[in-house]
Amino acid sequence: MSLVIHGAPGTAQGAQSALNFCQAALQSGHQIYRLFFYEDGVHNAHALAVWPQDERDLNADWAALIQEHELDAVVCVASALKRGVLNQEESSRYDKMAVSLDPVFDISGLGQWVDACLHSDRVVSFGV
Amino acid sequence: MKTLTFLARSAPHGTGKAKALQDMVLSAAVFEQKIQLVFLDDGVYQLLAGQDPSALPAKNVSAALPALELYGVDRVFLDADSLQTRGLGDSELLIPAQSCTAEEIRLLIADSDMVFSL
Repeated sequence: MSLVIHGAPGTAQGAQSALNFCQAALQSGHQIYRLFFYEDGVHNAHALAVWPQDERDLNADWAALIQEHELDAVVCVASALKRGVLNQEESSRYDKMAVSLDPVFDISGLGQWVDACLHSDRVVSFGV
Repeated sequence: MKTLTFLARSAPHGTGKAKALQDMVLSAAVFEQKIQLVFLDDGVYQLLAGQDPSALPAKNVSAALPALELYGVDRVFLDADSLQTRGLGDSELLIPAQSCTAEEIRLLIADSDMVFSL
């Protein structure tokens, strides 16, 4: 299956639900073909986010989960650029001062989402 | 080929949801999937002709609707109740959309491999 995450961490329940769902699916033996972060969901891939000590650090938890299970995690390029979520390449291309994308995520386009639809028997959306 | 159904439920401006869903529809169309696009709730406002959001820092999302047919997206539906409760009529719409009952929309969804709602 694949997941589409529309919601930002901290402002939408969807991001946390998606993370819990993803963990539960993996524990149940399901294969995650791809995570696709779209619109405000790209904030989940922001490496510069700092969370209060008494709150769950969703950004860190996503990164750890993706790394541990070697998940294919893609952020939509149009959504990401507009929100300042940049990898090294995009940061250099647009002459910005920093890199903000956690390196466990890739930047790509909606074609990756369509591909996920074609190769997954379920695509579940979170954050609307 | 899979059947992807898109539920356009948000007003055209004020949030990015209408544009975000439209981008998904066009991307899926490029990959030549069977696409069903359903306008319902405030999403029926996206269909209104003569929109001018130039006073907003927003593009006219609905301007791209006539291009749907060029992308092969010809299964376009609207929820008749949503249109009626907002005091709108078919004559005010920018593109033709097949008027549906809630039950007919339920069947469209049931017939789909995947459903996306924004």
